[in-house]
Amino acid sequence: MARIHLDGVAHSYLAAPQGPQDFAVKRLDHVWEDGGAYALLGPSGCGKTTLLNIISGLITPSQGHLLFDGADVTALPTAARNIAQVFQFPVIYDTMTVGENLAFPLRNRHVAGAEVAKRVAEVAQMLDLAPILKKKARGLTADVKQKISLGRGLVRPDVAAILFDEPLTVIDPHLKWMLRSKLKELHRQLKLTMIYVTHDQTEALTFADKVVVMYEGEVVQIGTPEELFERPAHTFVGYFIGSPGMNVAPVQVEGNRARLANLEAGGQQISLGRAYPGIAAGARTELGIRPEYVRIGRNGAGLSARVVKVDDVGRYRIVRVDIAGHIFNAITAEEARIDGDRVNVLLDPANIHIYADSRRVEGEPSRAGAA
Amino acid sequence: MTLELRNVTRQVGGQIHIRDLSLTLEHGTLNVLLGPTLSGKTTLMRLMAGLDQPSSGQVFWDGVDVTGVPVRKRSVAMVYQQFINYPTLSVYENIASPMRVAGQAKDEIDRRVREVAELLKLTPLLQRTPLELSGGQQQRTALARALAKRAGLLLLDEPLANLDYKLREELRQELPRIFSATGGILVYATTEPLEALLLGGSTATLSEGRVTQFGRTIEVYRRPNSLATARIFSDPPINTLAVEKAGGVLSSATGLLRFAATGDLGRLPDGAYVVGFRPDHLYLAKPGPDAVAVSATVAIAEITGSESFIHVDFAGERWVALVHGVHDLAIGQTVPLYLEPGRFLLFNAAGALAAAPGARAAA
Amino acid sequence: MDKSWNNKGWFMVLPVLLLVAFNAIVPLMTVVNYSVQETFGDNVFFFHGVGWFEDVMHSERFHDALGRQLAFTGIILLIQVPLGVAIALAMPRKGVWVSVCLVLMALPLLIPWNVVGAIWNILSLPDIGLLGHWLRDLGFDYNYTRHPFDAWFTLILMDVWHWTSLVVLLAYAGLISIPDAYYQAAKIDGASRLAVFRYIQLPKMKRVLTIAILLRFMDSFMIYTEPAVLTGGGPGNSTTLLSIDLVKIALGQFDLGPAAAMSIIYFLIVLFLSWIFYTLMMRNEAQS
Repeated sequence: MARIHLDGVAHSYLAAPQGPQDFAVKRLDHVWEDGGAYALLGPSGCGKTTLLNIISGLITPSQGHLLFDGADVTALPTAARNIAQVFQFPVIYDTMTVGENLAFPLRNRHVAGAEVAKRVAEVAQMLDLAPILKKKARGLTADVKQKISLGRGLVRPDVAAILFDEPLTVIDPHLKWMLRSKLKELHRQLKLTMIYVTHDQTEALTFADKVVVMYEGEVVQIGTPEELFERPAHTFVGYFIGSPGMNVAPVQVEGNRARLANLEAGGQQISLGRAYPGIAAGARTELGIRPEYVRIGRNGAGLSARVVKVDDVGRYRIVRVDIAGHIFNAITAEEARIDGDRVNVLLDPANIHIYADSRRVEGEPSRAGAA
Repeated sequence: MTLELRNVTRQVGGQIHIRDLSLTLEHGTLNVLLGPTLSGKTTLMRLMAGLDQPSSGQVFWDGVDVTGVPVRKRSVAMVYQQFINYPTLSVYENIASPMRVAGQAKDEIDRRVREVAELLKLTPLLQRTPLELSGGQQQRTALARALAKRAGLLLLDEPLANLDYKLREELRQELPRIFSATGGILVYATTEPLEALLLGGSTATLSEGRVTQFGRTIEVYRRPNSLATARIFSDPPINTLAVEKAGGVLSSATGLLRFAATGDLGRLPDGAYVVGFRPDHLYLAKPGPDAVAVSATVAIAEITGSESFIHVDFAGERWVALVHGVHDLAIGQTVPLYLEPGRFLLFNAAGALAAAPGARAAA
Repeated sequence: MDKSWNNKGWFMVLPVLLLVAFNAIVPLMTVVNYSVQETFGDNVFFFHGVGWFEDVMHSERFHDALGRQLAFTGIILLIQVPLGVAIALAMPRKGVWVSVCLVLMALPLLIPWNVVGAIWNILSLPDIGLLGHWLRDLGFDYNYTRHPFDAWFTLILMDVWHWTSLVVLLAYAGLISIPDAYYQAAKIDGASRLAVFRYIQLPKMKRVLTIAILLRFMDSFMIYTEPAVLTGGGPGNSTTLLSIDLVKIALGQFDLGPAAAMSIIYFLIVLFLSWIFYTLMMRNEAQS
């Protein structure tokens, strides 16, 4: 169990970084609570693997300190850190059997034979590896090999945190499901701190209690899956989470109303749930709304839009509409019928977010209410 | 241009990879090959292309038997899961390569390369080499090279599997548009049902070297002709329950679940059946007057954005419910769940479809 | 995969085929011819059957040369393979020094073989050679032209200097193909340096090492130029390895029959031992 504190940590792969763009991980202050299940979510190259390697000790950060339960471990080598890591592709020792693989970390630490056998049996039971303990690790399938990698981490009684670096990448899609559930089950059982790096939002949101979203080396939001979904703090979070992602369009905001950028003044206006009096002049203002909250209506109320495409995904439909040159996605129920070319679109005011320079503006409760 | 495979079998060593498969693909269609890994998708594509010869059966292109014809002589282009490009050539040269090999005129090549690059948004990158490009850009280059050929048959073997899921979404959206600009026959292999639904067109579901169903994608989804097809076309996996029909009532093995066999269901012969229903048709809140209530134990609850996957145990079966909203239920908790018989798919003892919604609605 | 048949390619290969036929097959047939014939001069030959073969197989001289050859090959394999692997492990895997090391390792392999023999010949001269003089300074009574042990010592030293690089380069190629994640996982598992070598590096290098051992075995068994230039087979016949003996008989005594027979036996021995080696290695790999 460990409380992991990143104190002013930043990292650059260059010897003499010139500016923020040279940093793979920009300055970060964050605490990973003991026993939490975290996901590090972001696209390729956003710095999440670098951050993971800093925590595990494979990289020493150029700046800042790393503390485990208050003790500074920045200079400690990986083996001394009570960390286990599961990599993107299964790393197993080919020449050993499954049981020997699991026993390896304990033998390296000179644990007594009987204790080793006990721990190996326990972990094998947890991971459903007990029937194949005597088999050679070499010919097994990818998901079993990943379980063995995980097992090598769990077998150490002192392990404080387990770090996962996109572990389900090489797993068959219909087995990913089972492995993900197994990880969640293990987390609840063992209450270890688990940090899971991925670029797949489903994996992140199903696994984690709290998700850290990274973009270009920076942490843009930390929150529960619900928070990230309902209140994205950055347009990138809105875009990255949700399939399809949040709709974003440039607007001009006046009080509690907004107008799409290429509509003339007095044209169709969008009522907002809150008022935004204090937006800095010159800031790039955008409106964000998730497709789940864009309703396609048949009667006259709402913005006039042209239907571009309708995708039937079985349990719902994705309707792409064009509102004055801006493309919006809407999600409608299975049985919804979309007739003809023109529809009316209602944007649910309670779920509209306003962004200035990509960051969410809180606004104030609207006095007049959504008219 | 039609591609027809007639009773094609492919056996390698002792293993049969493709079993007695017959399939006809029409000109200008987008066809998805959907199935789990090792179901035979890649083998089938290789047979279509002519990279491998079938152990028995024939392949016809436009009515002409091309079974023995090597791939070099056929009009085929293929894109793989790994981004395969000539690493030392620029993007321009990569796209131009098949046309140079075919010996086309220089200005014709130039025109076509620019046309295809424009289609795939590669125009600003034409002078770079593949190693300087991101994964998505490399795969676009591979795609451009395949399109430039104007092949009659374009095969894509899980081309987006190695990309970030957001990038995958973007490219997947562009595919129908790109494809419609080129004509020919497009065959796209994938393991994800959602991808098949988003691409549309027609889908052939594969299982253990056989095509279990081939038809319009949404049709195969809504009316799978067998339990095997329903399983393939479901992610998360479809929920099943064994039932027994006696008279006007369908009841589960333990008797815990009983519902009236109305309409089409009533016309079925008595006997053993398997009920299949999708995760989004297992509800936490009563959806309608016909809903049947069951009590199940929660195994695990997973939250994804605005929805939750709740895994429950009922009568020895593991079910998954996809419900709207965030529900963080405790493990071991007993919850009431609702089933809507109106949405059931019924499969007979042999695994074939006996009844499906939609048909009942019409009745 | 069924490739199409295009026979025009054979015309392009024809000149090479003729060359090979002329330079290899015809001489080989000539040797076989000589090995079954006897002459008393004046170019008169008559069929001798397998007489020469019997003679060679029973000759003590041949047994001695074969024994020396096996000893030589065994010793250099025992030295070069572990040494090569050790050097490959010590070489850096990333950075500027990689190219420098690779070039240094490649240098000994580029030198013509007779030049190698000449270098060591002069280097080891007891009075004026750097090595020879230095060894005598240390108190050893070193003289490779007189003492068989010193001759063997110099011969082996020369071969190790010349050919270890090959093993190094092959082992290195095997090593750098191991992904970083394996080393990282080993660190996390707390594996010692020895454990990393035993469980990660050695298994992954197996295939490459098989090739390296096979190559060194065959080459050392057929070695001629370097020992010929270094010691000429002396002192006496203490370093007369198989091929040197062969040349002595064929060209020195002009006994074509026995020489031809010996060539063929020699060839068959190399083939046979290589085949055993190869089969054992392949079976080993198939098992694991």
